[in-house]
Amino acid sequence: MSELIRRFGTLLTTVAILLTAFWLLFLVIFPYLGLFEQSFRPYLPVDEIGGPNDFYSVNNYLSMFHNPTEINLLGLTFSVPIHLWVFFITILYSSITALAALLLCYPLAYYMAKVIPPKSLPTFLLLLVIPMWVSELLRAFAWFIILAFNGPLTIVLQDLHIITDPVRWVNGLGGYSGVVIGLVYAYILFMLFPVYNSMSSLDTNQLEAAEDLGARWWQTHWRVVVPHCKPGIASGSVTVFMLAAGSILVPTLVGSTRSRWFTEIIQQWMFESQDWNTGAAYAFVLLIVCTIFVTLMMRFFKVGLADIAK
Amino acid sequence: MTASVELRGVSMDFDKYRAVDDVSVKINPGEFFSFLGPSGCGKTTILRMVSGFIEPTKGQVLIGDQDMRGIGPNKRPTAMIFQNLALFPLMSVWENIAFGLEMRGVDKAARRAKAEELLTLVELPGVGDRYASQLSGGQRQRVAIARALAVEPQVMLLDEPLSALDLKLRQHMRSELRAIQKRTNVTFIYITHDQGEALAMSDRVAVMSRGKIQQVDVPQKIYNNPSNGFVASFVGENNKFTGTLGAISKGQGKFKTDAGEFAVTLGEGVTKDSKYRLYIRPEHVGFVAKPKAGGNAVPVTVEDVSFEGNFATVNLRDKTGRRLSAEVRNDPLNPPPAVGSKTNITFDQDKALVLLDSEASAYAEKD
Amino acid sequence: MQGKTSHLVLRIYSIVFLLYLLVPLAVMGGAAFNDSRFPSPLPWKGFTLRWFVDLFNDETMLQSALNTVIVGIFVVILAVPIGTAGAILVNSLKGRSRTLLYATMIAPVLTPGAVIGISTLLFWYKFNVPAGLHLSVLGQVSFIAAYVMLMVLARLQSFDPALEEAALDLGASHAQMLRRVLLPHLFPAVLAGAVLAFFQSVENFNTTQFTRGSSTTLTVYVGSKVRSGITPTINALAMIMITLTILGAIAYEIKRRRDAARMAALDAE
Repeated sequence: MSELIRRFGTLLTTVAILLTAFWLLFLVIFPYLGLFEQSFRPYLPVDEIGGPNDFYSVNNYLSMFHNPTEINLLGLTFSVPIHLWVFFITILYSSITALAALLLCYPLAYYMAKVIPPKSLPTFLLLLVIPMWVSELLRAFAWFIILAFNGPLTIVLQDLHIITDPVRWVNGLGGYSGVVIGLVYAYILFMLFPVYNSMSSLDTNQLEAAEDLGARWWQTHWRVVVPHCKPGIASGSVTVFMLAAGSILVPTLVGSTRSRWFTEIIQQWMFESQDWNTGAAYAFVLLIVCTIFVTLMMRFFKVGLADIAK
Repeated sequence: MTASVELRGVSMDFDKYRAVDDVSVKINPGEFFSFLGPSGCGKTTILRMVSGFIEPTKGQVLIGDQDMRGIGPNKRPTAMIFQNLALFPLMSVWENIAFGLEMRGVDKAARRAKAEELLTLVELPGVGDRYASQLSGGQRQRVAIARALAVEPQVMLLDEPLSALDLKLRQHMRSELRAIQKRTNVTFIYITHDQGEALAMSDRVAVMSRGKIQQVDVPQKIYNNPSNGFVASFVGENNKFTGTLGAISKGQGKFKTDAGEFAVTLGEGVTKDSKYRLYIRPEHVGFVAKPKAGGNAVPVTVEDVSFEGNFATVNLRDKTGRRLSAEVRNDPLNPPPAVGSKTNITFDQDKALVLLDSEASAYAEKD
Repeated sequence: MQGKTSHLVLRIYSIVFLLYLLVPLAVMGGAAFNDSRFPSPLPWKGFTLRWFVDLFNDETMLQSALNTVIVGIFVVILAVPIGTAGAILVNSLKGRSRTLLYATMIAPVLTPGAVIGISTLLFWYKFNVPAGLHLSVLGQVSFIAAYVMLMVLARLQSFDPALEEAALDLGASHAQMLRRVLLPHLFPAVLAGAVLAFFQSVENFNTTQFTRGSSTTLTVYVGSKVRSGITPTINALAMIMITLTILGAIAYEIKRRRDAARMAALDAE
């Protein structure tokens, strides 16, 4: 700290510390702690707060286990608490989204890093970035239009005589096809840039060496390119997963009647039931799972915290 | 204006590590003074102490007889040329040069004029409006020098400025720097690990190792009269023999090795109980078919002759398998002995130096 | 990689990918001109500008747009100094304390927006601060400052410390050094951070949704409209935003090419 004062002067250093402290304490740490604390307290009318009925319990978390419902899976019937099931589905489809994004982005990242003529690269990047600036809402809305019953996709395919009757595109995958398509489109660039970043640091000589030693292209990729890109892949997967799991707009807009997303349930608790405590508990569960996912990915891919994020 | 620089009992500790150990030296005003040594010897630390970026843990740094303790780098009458030059990338060349003047509140027209003047001095007229990234390495060097000269320092500090340049340019810049120093009469403190540079440019050289000064002297004495084994090894090439001292008298004596007994000259502080070695420079080694009786001679076989331009290095082995080398001037009328031939090398007593090899001055060598 | 065929395949793939990204936007924009109640360019029922007219007559839409801009400005005012300060602080630390501070700073980036919104709402409620756009600002700043921090930090790390020493050595005071050497170096990142902060704020939904109380921002309003009664006014809005983005992109590209040509000409001298 004395180092800072020496370089910047006392006034500036104090200002910097105060600003950062305000940010981290009042906008991050205390609110999260408050969230944590609130999630253990029951939902009470105002005058009962602090009174005998206000005690700590895990009830709010346990309400995830209430209300069992029947799920048909592969011909077998299970009885699962509805909220738990939705939570599971959210995690599942978020992972699928991340995987789909990865598979779609990988060839393009490779193209951008190794194949594209260097003069075209800045223009290409610019074109890619346009959807990002256009806002997530509009990205979701675009697919709302495309996938609508009797919407453009149906009409085009009918004109090409590929299908005859209109299709409910959003009803595939148990009702989640629309959601997954929307999520992939919304967040795909968050996978592309980290993976591209990793790829561009790959020494082309390594690829040539592999080819020289007789490797076929899939072997080169699996043994040379993919291991090198682990940080980018991890970073992209984590980002896409978390954005998908925490997404509200996309599942609402492009969902079908049968789809429910965990964040929608949080919204219900917060605004329809006005039960902020249980909403807090559910939000916390979402946070925990995301943290676990991040940690697992970091361990699995052996990347550090600094590699994740832009 | 020029000033002297003095270090009195200066030590620098970084936690447990002593980078500079009790160094005292006085540099005269207008002198071109070099600190020469391998990486980690402490020379960079000394430069940073003189410039004011660090304060010594012990001892005093005086510039112009004034104690500099507590005076920051922006208040000292010094200017530094950094190893990577540190030209400001977002400013044009003339703005770089005029930066020091800008800091003093000199107005724009005057600054620009001074910058142009200095560009002419370093032989770079007309590049004022370019940016550093558009200049070559040698040109950037000169801009860095101009920038430092603009603040009219009393002491100029140069941190291995030529190490990034290629050979021909380096040699050219050596004479350039020397010329500028003579013209401006500013005290130059130059640090380098390149002995050729230090010897060629300096009025005096301080050879350093492991934080301690090994010898301070004019270049000729550093080369011809090294005070210990480290200096002898670091500066120039050597043939080395381990052995035992016999009779000593008046700085000369007998030295017994497995290759024979030689008449030698003793270096500073050498006694029978100290650790020592015999050093003979390759250019002081001659060839003789039949050695004189009583003179220093070693029978050798010629292994390899390496033509280096204006001289040739002859690699030899004595009968114990020890590697030796001789340096022979390129004279077509007097070629070096043929590869594989057997002959004798000979050397004079006053060129056979037995020097101290203490722990602190040991220079790691591969034999 | 071997062979020109694989390169060709990849090239085709890249074009398909670009189309995949851009065609949906075109569809959305196209619907803004279709004289059809349902937002879709097909079936095409005739060219019209009435949705744009409706857009500008929509009071709530205009109010939300205003709110969005105000929130965005406040977010920039807060997030840019905070992020810059954070970057400077974290860069001056080493080892464990640095990692810890860094991790705390990027935690909000890794947190779902809903969680940020809820925690902000609950926290300030304890101080009897009601929900509203001011809370949206605070919630957004918590993670947008982190983005600014990351951008400034990257730029800081590319700063050659010798430049700072050179400035001091030539007689600059600390303030002069900051003004003439460090801040100009940081400026591109700070500017980019400000732009990024503004746009991140404008398009934010999750955090804003939970903290806004009864006010709306553009994103929230449009989001809610889609569930209730859609008309292609939303497409008109989308069309405007897409056009602005493309214009911005074109302007940027022109500037980039001009700068590159200028640099090349200077180098050739």
